[in-house]
Amino acid sequence: MAFLQFLNDWPVLSLITFLPAVGGMALLLIPGDRKDTIYKVALGLGAAVFLLSLLVYLGFEVEGARYQFIEKYNWLPQLGISYHVAVDGISAPLVLLTGIVMFTGVIISQRIDERPREFFAFLFLLATGVFGVFVALDMFALFFFYEIAVFPMYLLIAIWGWKQTREYAAMKLTMYLFIGSVVSLVGALAMYFSSGLKTFDMLALEGANFPPEFQILWFPFIFIGFAVLGGIFPFHNWSPDGHVAAPTAVSMFHAGVLMKLGAFAALRVGIMLLPEGAKFHLPWIILLTLVNVVYGAYIAMVQTDFKYVIGFSSVSHMGLVVMGFASLTPEGYIGAGVQMVSHGIMTALFFAVVGMIYDQTHTRELSKLGGMVQKMPFVTFAFIIGGLVSMGMPGLSGFVAEFPIFMGVWLSDKPWIAIVGAISIVITAAYIIRLIRRVFFGEFPAEFEGHVHDVKPSEKFALGLLTLVLILIGVLPGVIVPMVEAGVDHVFALLGGM
Amino acid sequence: MNLSIETITWLLPLPPLLAFALIVLFTNKNNRLSHSIAVGAAALSFLGSVYVLAHAFADSHFGEHPIESSFPWLQLGATTLNIGVLIDPLSAVTLAFVAVTVLMIFIYSVGYHNYGQPKGDHDHKGFPPHGATEHGHTVLSIEPMYARFFAFIGLFAFGMYTLVISDNLLTLFVGWEIMGLCSYLLIGFWFGKDSARDAAKKAFMTTRIGDVFMLLGIAYLYAETGTLSFRAILYNEEVLNLLATTPSWFGLSAAGLIGLLLFVGTIGKSAQFPLHVWLPDAMEGPTPVSAMIHAATMVSAGVYMVARMFPLLSAGWHEGGALTPAMTGMAVIGAFTALFAATIALAQNDIKRVLAYSTISQLGYMIAALGIGAFVAAAFHLVTHAFFKALLFLGSGSVIHGMEHGVLHTGNHKVDPQDMWNMGGLRKKMPRTFWTFLIGGMALSGFPIITAGFWSKDEILADAWAHHHYVVFGVLALSALLTAFYTMRQITLTFLGQPRTKEAEHAHETPLTMTGPLMILSVFAIAAGWVGIPEHFPVLGPMINNNWFHHFVGSTLLNPPHAIDFSIIPLATSVGVALGGLLLGYLAYRNAQTDPLKKLLGPVHKILENKYYVDELYDRAFIQPAKKISHDFAYLFVDRNLIDGTLHALAEITFWLGGIFRNKFDVPVINGFGDWVADAAQWAGNTIRKIQTGSIQQYMLVSMVLAFVGVFFFFWVIQP
Repeated sequence: MAFLQFLNDWPVLSLITFLPAVGGMALLLIPGDRKDTIYKVALGLGAAVFLLSLLVYLGFEVEGARYQFIEKYNWLPQLGISYHVAVDGISAPLVLLTGIVMFTGVIISQRIDERPREFFAFLFLLATGVFGVFVALDMFALFFFYEIAVFPMYLLIAIWGWKQTREYAAMKLTMYLFIGSVVSLVGALAMYFSSGLKTFDMLALEGANFPPEFQILWFPFIFIGFAVLGGIFPFHNWSPDGHVAAPTAVSMFHAGVLMKLGAFAALRVGIMLLPEGAKFHLPWIILLTLVNVVYGAYIAMVQTDFKYVIGFSSVSHMGLVVMGFASLTPEGYIGAGVQMVSHGIMTALFFAVVGMIYDQTHTRELSKLGGMVQKMPFVTFAFIIGGLVSMGMPGLSGFVAEFPIFMGVWLSDKPWIAIVGAISIVITAAYIIRLIRRVFFGEFPAEFEGHVHDVKPSEKFALGLLTLVLILIGVLPGVIVPMVEAGVDHVFALLGGM
Repeated sequence: MNLSIETITWLLPLPPLLAFALIVLFTNKNNRLSHSIAVGAAALSFLGSVYVLAHAFADSHFGEHPIESSFPWLQLGATTLNIGVLIDPLSAVTLAFVAVTVLMIFIYSVGYHNYGQPKGDHDHKGFPPHGATEHGHTVLSIEPMYARFFAFIGLFAFGMYTLVISDNLLTLFVGWEIMGLCSYLLIGFWFGKDSARDAAKKAFMTTRIGDVFMLLGIAYLYAETGTLSFRAILYNEEVLNLLATTPSWFGLSAAGLIGLLLFVGTIGKSAQFPLHVWLPDAMEGPTPVSAMIHAATMVSAGVYMVARMFPLLSAGWHEGGALTPAMTGMAVIGAFTALFAATIALAQNDIKRVLAYSTISQLGYMIAALGIGAFVAAAFHLVTHAFFKALLFLGSGSVIHGMEHGVLHTGNHKVDPQDMWNMGGLRKKMPRTFWTFLIGGMALSGFPIITAGFWSKDEILADAWAHHHYVVFGVLALSALLTAFYTMRQITLTFLGQPRTKEAEHAHETPLTMTGPLMILSVFAIAAGWVGIPEHFPVLGPMINNNWFHHFVGSTLLNPPHAIDFSIIPLATSVGVALGGLLLGYLAYRNAQTDPLKKLLGPVHKILENKYYVDELYDRAFIQPAKKISHDFAYLFVDRNLIDGTLHALAEITFWLGGIFRNKFDVPVINGFGDWVADAAQWAGNTIRKIQTGSIQQYMLVSMVLAFVGVFFFFWVIQP
């Protein structure tokens, strides 16, 4: 938008990236017993970051250059490392997604009672890592931020998580993600050394023309290494355990944003830098994603823990993102791009709701819950909207995402994958309906009478914001699809106009 | 303000949506205001529809220049998805029955939910009203979620209007899914009852299976043609030919595969075998919902969709030629379902369940008609059926209501007010309900000449005969016989003879808000047939002589179908089966105290009563195994044992390795070496300390000796 021209003169992306970390450090200066002040400052910081990310989104010119808001400084020129950031049509929506999830996550973290100062500080550090990955154009910087995003996760889960499983889950998550990133790193170093360009700059590496054998050899390392964070089968198991053990805001961040990081990096580093490798390997990787999609949904159906259902549903829905990539069609990529945002918002909404119910009932067992609609009508409404999104109901964002993905899979000459994958839509409906029925309808358990109340207005605001985005994308897909498409066009220029 | 006809068409679905929003947000505490808003919205949409239809029906060449308007909605790759509205002859006649039945159902709901009655003594949200005590009598009590009901049916009506006015598959699908969602909310309206919750879930899930295939069909169609607009695909010979000749997977053409996928959507939505199981259970919802879902809107939407897509489904087919795969599928499934459901209806005792199976059977009729290419006949039956089935459902609701009155009077709550064997003789207690139900029943049975059902059913049979589809003809004729039989069984058991229970004796006619809509619908149940009397029909044909319906709806297609010649055989058949079935039904049940079919059919009756055990079969064959596989295999075995097990094993191995490293290497070797170094140093220190005497002379001496030894060593040992 024209009135946002001024952004081009600002280091807006650096601001978004580092403001959370710096702010988080500043938070540590507030005395730890002034919890109210800490929450307010965190809220202000979250709001500021959200607004900045919104400005970036609105300021992105769909018709404009491929990369916008570029900043580039030397970092370690001897090694070809630079600080080079920018957003394209695929990452700009993800930056906004991060801003939204960050903001709403802070809002609903008011109930954090144990050392909130450190909690928010780590949460903001995590955000810095996430923003950094989405905007980095330098491979070294990307890995740097990637590790920054993974590291606070361990502490956030291990310290503030669910007592029963937090140590196990934190360890499992960290091990998976570090090993994944190390595998990718090996591939990335292979690229660095064999390109002969002595640079980590991904724009330069795009033109490196790696020989096909090299690409075919190294693509699986990079792609799968990152896709671990996207929850790809059979490396998905860290995710449901991690989601469940994490405190609410971290689950929201984790499933809503962090898993996108994996898919995004797999695209940015794997597919875009090694297009020949992608064309060679993705046709079998699509089978893994198919397993993700169907298998995750089936498992979600039989879980008895509210949070595990959502955890496995994320495995299933993230499978669709990678399936979109693996279809190697523009439609599939557009769908995947929208799905990343749609699923991020939706799953943040889900985890927020789970947290609100758990905080009051102290149980997530489906058999013990029921009738919540009587106490929390707005929460029920928001959850149902999220549920409909996850079933791909037209008029909501899930449809705008899934329809192109399935279309892309058809177009890639694999109709049976689309057919089998579509089964997941039915199963999704089954577990969502089951959740709605078990948790929100039916009889309200007498033991909760007097303990369960409606949520705070601020929490309603957070849910309302998330719901609004889901509806907005569904009704007016024009707010996001052209932008994603602009990014996808470029991916296909690299893939050689499939 | 000057509104163009396109604008009015766009606006048609809005009033019910607005009503939904207003009731949910503002008026849900006020019953009177809520129902006024809802009925007012339905009336507004009705009037708008009348205006649009007046324009459409007046135009003799409407099919060539329908009402259309669209705008781009979603840019995807090189193509753009437009959404918009289209009223052509097919959607016009659909709009006509939707507008009328929806308005009638809205008005009826006011009475059905006991507006004006006191609040119940023990009524809870989520349960049907149980009655209230007033002046020492127990009377009907108002529905505890009265306003919410009107909100939901408002949303439902929005879905149906959206579906009908859509000019493309995408918005059609939106309407389709909104109705799916509303059917879930409405069937499960009394969510306190387990049976209602189960039925709602079943309906939603079963139709969803169909929806997913339909979605795939839509995705594939869009992938092939780059558009989902009806006009661009269905009225474009080139596109159709291309689709019909493009080879696709599974040995089909693209058109064949897309057609079959879309048809699976209809199998779910219109409750065709094998996805019919949800519809009878859906009777758990309030009766206006049954009328709405099972007659006027949702199930009709399934047939409407395949009728809409008929040019695609029949691409490559010409009148009299071999059927396309999609058409064959429709003919087989439709005809089978028509007969299958009719046999089940014979053995049902619940007044609504008989109608439920009858609906499945009649929808099968329409599907079979489309399958053999009888496009106009199918559309005709769609319209007449919507009127008389809405009438029958609402009539049955009125009967149940009357019976509930009797139950409250006697206080014996064990008597099921829906079981027809508890009724009898109601014609005297509820005359308006009786006469209107009789008209509906006659129309359903196809009572010759005067009822609408006769003309539409006859046209299907005539078409099947004329195009030599004798098997379909035979099956449909047999189902028509059964239809007349079970309809007469129902009427006889309910209304004729003497009351069989005290409750039936004390049944009471329902208020005008309920019987009024019945009377209006019964006019349509008769008159709707007169618009489609074939030209070549003896006496009446020349007299009315234009077969308006055939020409009007036929012009929906690029190549309007020919009117078929008159033949006495199908006519005699349809008259014979209708009258024969009615007569047999009357004779068999006139004085029956127990079901004579039970004796006659023996064990077969048991099978029919249990609906061929399809539900049980699905439970054992699909649902239980699916749960078992997901839980035992996928979750416990693969996820927790295989994947996590491997991981844990790796962790164990790592720990074990760590242990080995520590105990076998680290402690004895490295640590040992370290310790040894330390020990050795200490030993050396201790030993050397002894020579530390503090005497400088002694140090000098030792130094001298060492220096000499060093020099000696350097020159004589190393140097040479």
